[in-house]
Amino acid sequence: MDYIKLIGIVIIVAGFVMKFDVLATVLIAGFVTGLVSGLSFMEILRIMGESFVNNRLMSIFLVIFPVIAIIERYGLKERSAYLIGKIKNASAAKVLALYMIIRSIASAANIRIGGHVEFVRPLILPMSEAAAEKAKGEPLNEKQRDTLKGMTASIENYGNFFAQNLFPAASGVLLIQGALAEAGYGEVTISSVAAASIPVAIIVLCLSFVQVWLKDKKLRRREE
Amino acid sequence: MAAFLDYAAEFIFILCGFISFNAAYRALENENAKVGTTLFWSILGVIFMFGKVLPYEVCGILLLVMGGLTMTHQVQVGTFAPVDQKARQQYSEKIGNKIFIPAVLVAVVALILSRVKLGELALPGAVMVGTGCILALFTAMFICRPNFQDTRHDTARLLMQVGSASLLPQLLGALGQVFTKAGVGDVISTMMAGILPEGSIFFGVVVYCLAMVIFTMIMGNAFAAFSVITVGIGIPFVIAQGGDASVVGALGMTCGYCGTLLTPMAANFNIVPTAVLETKDKWTIIKAQAPMALLLILIHIILMLTLAF
Repeated sequence: MDYIKLIGIVIIVAGFVMKFDVLATVLIAGFVTGLVSGLSFMEILRIMGESFVNNRLMSIFLVIFPVIAIIERYGLKERSAYLIGKIKNASAAKVLALYMIIRSIASAANIRIGGHVEFVRPLILPMSEAAAEKAKGEPLNEKQRDTLKGMTASIENYGNFFAQNLFPAASGVLLIQGALAEAGYGEVTISSVAAASIPVAIIVLCLSFVQVWLKDKKLRRREE
Repeated sequence: MAAFLDYAAEFIFILCGFISFNAAYRALENENAKVGTTLFWSILGVIFMFGKVLPYEVCGILLLVMGGLTMTHQVQVGTFAPVDQKARQQYSEKIGNKIFIPAVLVAVVALILSRVKLGELALPGAVMVGTGCILALFTAMFICRPNFQDTRHDTARLLMQVGSASLLPQLLGALGQVFTKAGVGDVISTMMAGILPEGSIFFGVVVYCLAMVIFTMIMGNAFAAFSVITVGIGIPFVIAQGGDASVVGALGMTCGYCGTLLTPMAANFNIVPTAVLETKDKWTIIKAQAPMALLLILIHIILMLTLAF
């Protein structure tokens, strides 16, 4: 058995775990794997160069940047914050469920609304805290506050992760399509991958509603 | 017609090249790592623009130069004037909900074009996305009437901030190709074949899904896990047994995202935010996500067994 060929995987795992520079890690893994498997240095250069050029589609998002540059400068985030702030009489569960919907739609359309720093901390967390305390009629204790923070941050991650592949040019979709096409599955297109990502996105949306509802109910109990 | 579509796709990649050159040009104003940063984005611009006409070996060498630059920390984000919050607020009030039109347009145009066929041919992905972006750019310019300099600087800032890590998927694609040529997938398949009952779709799916989760948890990155695990397990033990490739690939990736929810290695999502939100316990987010992630892994296995076969 040629177990030595697996050294590239060891390098990748070690590099990522040790937070070594990602570009260099991947390149080193490629060259070492190639060399121990009997490919020549020139052959490896050609394979990597050719594949990188043929996979330029995976970095197509560069062409989106000017549009984002303009709409961010002209108040995209400010407008979103204003719209969310208009919700009246919200419970913590309602605030989080609504944010989940907005975050998922934005993520599916590849719009950069969201983020722990940009959105959760200044906007969503204060709103969900205020709503939870109002419903409870007293301030949350420290443990409950932590629970709510964890829940709010989770919603940000769920909406971000599981809806992003609905966008046909998301980097995840492009990686799936590229990898399978190179392995000989030419029938896989970015649209077919995006379509296959729909069921999970919907399931996560529904499950997140259940989770925030359960957490909200728990927070309303007087004593933990 | 096929030739025309290829040229159209190259045209979009040339635009990407210009955006990379724009960042390179802006990097000349960098205080730190001026030379390295300019060189890095220039090389990327060259690969985008001339990738199809350069010998592939040359592109390979250029990649090595890029890796050397990032490894020695010679690629840095430039310094940019802080954004004027008050001005943004004023623009935002003036423009109102119209600000969402360009953003939605990118997605909608790409979606519509994905249904269009020229004769027998589907449009290349680059053309779908690129056309949407060009239309959205003109719409944004019409709605916001932006200053050209501002847009140029903001575009360079966005690219520098996502930085070299944004090239990871493309580079992992290249790594996957080396793995394939070197026969890494075969070695894993042979290893797994000794463990897995032959011809069992059920065990293939379970092992693929769990391997995606575990490798993502170790590496903190589902993309890296996907490149390795799909070649080694997903293709030989799931797709080769008749699984629909698009469905298996899409579910394999999101199953990896379940691993992302569970691991402190994905610090950007799970650990850094606990500092941002000032929680007492740095595992707070992972604890909140764990029940969801475990349930979702089970759901992924069920979905892959039912939808892909």
